[in-house]
Amino acid sequence: MSAAWTIDGVREALGAKKISARELASDFYKRIAERNQELNAYLTLSEERAYLQADRIDGLVAAGKALPPLAGVPLAIKDVISTRGVRTTCGSKILENYIPPYDATAVERLEAAGAVILGKTNCDEFAMGSSTENSAYGPVRNPESTDRVPGGSSGGSAAAVAAGLAVASLGTDTGGSIRQPGSFCGIPAMMGSYGRVSRYGLIAFASSLDRIGPLATSTRDVAAVMGVIAGRDPNDSTSTTAPVPDYRAAMEKPVKGLRIGIPKEYFGAGMDEGVRKKIAAGIAVFEKLGCELREIHMAHTDYAIATYYIIATAEASSNLARYDGVRYGLRVEADSLLAMYRKTRGAGFGAEVKRRIVLGTYVLSAGYYDAYYLKGQKVRALIAQDFRDAFSKVDVLVTPTSPVPPFLLGERTSDPLQMYLADIYTVTGSLAGVPGISVPCGKICGKLPVGLQIFGPAFGEATVLQLAGAFEQAGGASV
Amino acid sequence: MRISREDVEKVAELANLDLSEAELEMYRTQIDEILEYIGKLNELDTTGVQPMAQVLADEQSADRMLREDDIVRCDVAAEILEQAPDREASYFRVPKVIER
Repeated sequence: MSAAWTIDGVREALGAKKISARELASDFYKRIAERNQELNAYLTLSEERAYLQADRIDGLVAAGKALPPLAGVPLAIKDVISTRGVRTTCGSKILENYIPPYDATAVERLEAAGAVILGKTNCDEFAMGSSTENSAYGPVRNPESTDRVPGGSSGGSAAAVAAGLAVASLGTDTGGSIRQPGSFCGIPAMMGSYGRVSRYGLIAFASSLDRIGPLATSTRDVAAVMGVIAGRDPNDSTSTTAPVPDYRAAMEKPVKGLRIGIPKEYFGAGMDEGVRKKIAAGIAVFEKLGCELREIHMAHTDYAIATYYIIATAEASSNLARYDGVRYGLRVEADSLLAMYRKTRGAGFGAEVKRRIVLGTYVLSAGYYDAYYLKGQKVRALIAQDFRDAFSKVDVLVTPTSPVPPFLLGERTSDPLQMYLADIYTVTGSLAGVPGISVPCGKICGKLPVGLQIFGPAFGEATVLQLAGAFEQAGGASV
Repeated sequence: MRISREDVEKVAELANLDLSEAELEMYRTQIDEILEYIGKLNELDTTGVQPMAQVLADEQSADRMLREDDIVRCDVAAEILEQAPDREASYFRVPKVIER
C-alpha cells in the first residue's frame, strides 16, 4: 500500500474499484497494529463502527451511487471528542472507562460525509500540555524522530497522520494544541475561527478558547475536512451562521499581491536559530509568489502567555468541576459525599490538571479575581485589538508556529513554566479568536520539522488556506 | 512569595481536590513562579479597557441566535445511567449527605 493516501486518492481508488472501503480500513488497521505499540498514537480502536461504515460506502459503490465527499476516508479522532459507544478517556484516568452516549457534531458530520473513523488518539490529559507527555496512558512518540515528542496536546492525532495510520484526523486547539503538534510532526494542521466549528461533544477544557480542527498530509485535505465540519450547529450557541465557503475552490485563486504582515514580536529572543533560518526561507517563498511583505507591530504579544494561563486555567477549574464521581468516570469510595469528591478528584486527575485547577481556582477566588482574572480579560481585549489593527493593514500574518523544534521526551517535563512558553506564538491567535494554520516549512538537519504559521482575520479561513496551499505548491515544505 | 501553603490548601479545598503534602509543596513553588510571571501584566495600564468576556463580535453573538424553547426527545437516559459508578433504579447513588 502506498504510504500517502489522500482524500482524492481514496475517492479515485474506490470509484475505480481498485480497493474497497473495507479493504482500505483493514489495511490501516494492519499498519496500526505494526506501528502503534511504538508510537502510542491510538488509545482505542473502533473497528466495529469503522467496518459498518466501510460496508455502507462499499454498498454505495456497488449500487453506482454518488459518493459523499469523504467516502471511505480513514480518520482518527482526538480522545477529547465524544464518540457514541466508543470509549473516550480525554487521556485521563478519571474517564478511563467512559463511553459517551452521543457523538460530537463534528464526528457526526464526518460520518455523514462518508468518513471511516478508525479510533481515538492519545493526547495530554484534558488537552492540557504541549508534548502529549501528560497523558495518563503514556507519551506519544514523534514518527519523524522517535526519541522526540510529537507536540501536544493533539500529539496522537498528529503522529497518526504523519505515520500514515490515518489519512486525516481531528484535533483540538486551546492554545496551540492542533498547530504545534502539526508543526512538530511535519504536517499541515488548522484551527478555524472561534465559532466556525461546533464544540458540541468536545469535552470542555476552556470554553472561550477550545476549537476542533483538522490535521492532514496536505492543505487540500485540511480544506476538505474543514469544509465538512464547519458551520452552524443549533447545539452550540457559539457556532456562527456565517456561510461556509468552498475552501478548495478558494485555494485555486492566485496569491499574487496579497499583503502579508510579519509581526516583529514573533522573532524575538528565545527562538531557536534553526527555526529562524527555516522561517526566513519560508517567507522568501511568499516573496517569490508575488506577495507583498510588510513588517508590523503587535504590541501586546509578549503578554499573551500570562493572559492565556489566567483565562484557560480559570475556565478549566470551572469546567472540570463536573468530575465528581457521581454520574460517570472514576469514583473513590468514602464515607461522606465531600470526602468522596475530594478523593475521587485527587486520585483521578494527573499532575498538570491538578496544577491548572489550583491556579484557575486561585485566580477566580475572592480577593484575587480583579488582580488576575479581570486583568487577564482586559489584556485579552488588547491582544484581540492588536489583531484587528493588523488586519486593517494586511490580509494575513506569517509567523513561526513554535519557537523550538520538537524536543526530546522528558526534556521539559520538570518545569511547567518552560513548557507553557513553548506556546508563545500560538496562544495569541487563540485569545483573539482568529483562524490559524501551521504548514511544514523544512526540517532542521533534515530531521526536525519546522512549522510556519499563517493567521487570518476572523472567518478568513479561505484566505489562510489559499496562502497555505500556494506555499505548499511552491515547495515550502522543503525550504 | 505570592502564594502561601495555606493559600494552596484553601484553594484545593474550594476545588474539592485532595492533595498530598508533597503535592501541596510542589504546587506552591510552581504556582508561585507562574504568578510571578503573570505579574508582568501589571506593566500594562488597562484603565478604561473593556474586559473581553466573549470572543464573537456583536453581530455573531449568541444573543442573536437564541433558539425556540422546543422540547426535543432525547432517549439516552439508560445509556447515561449505565455510566454511573453507583446507581439504583433511575437514580445516581452517593454517600450520605445529611446527618440526622
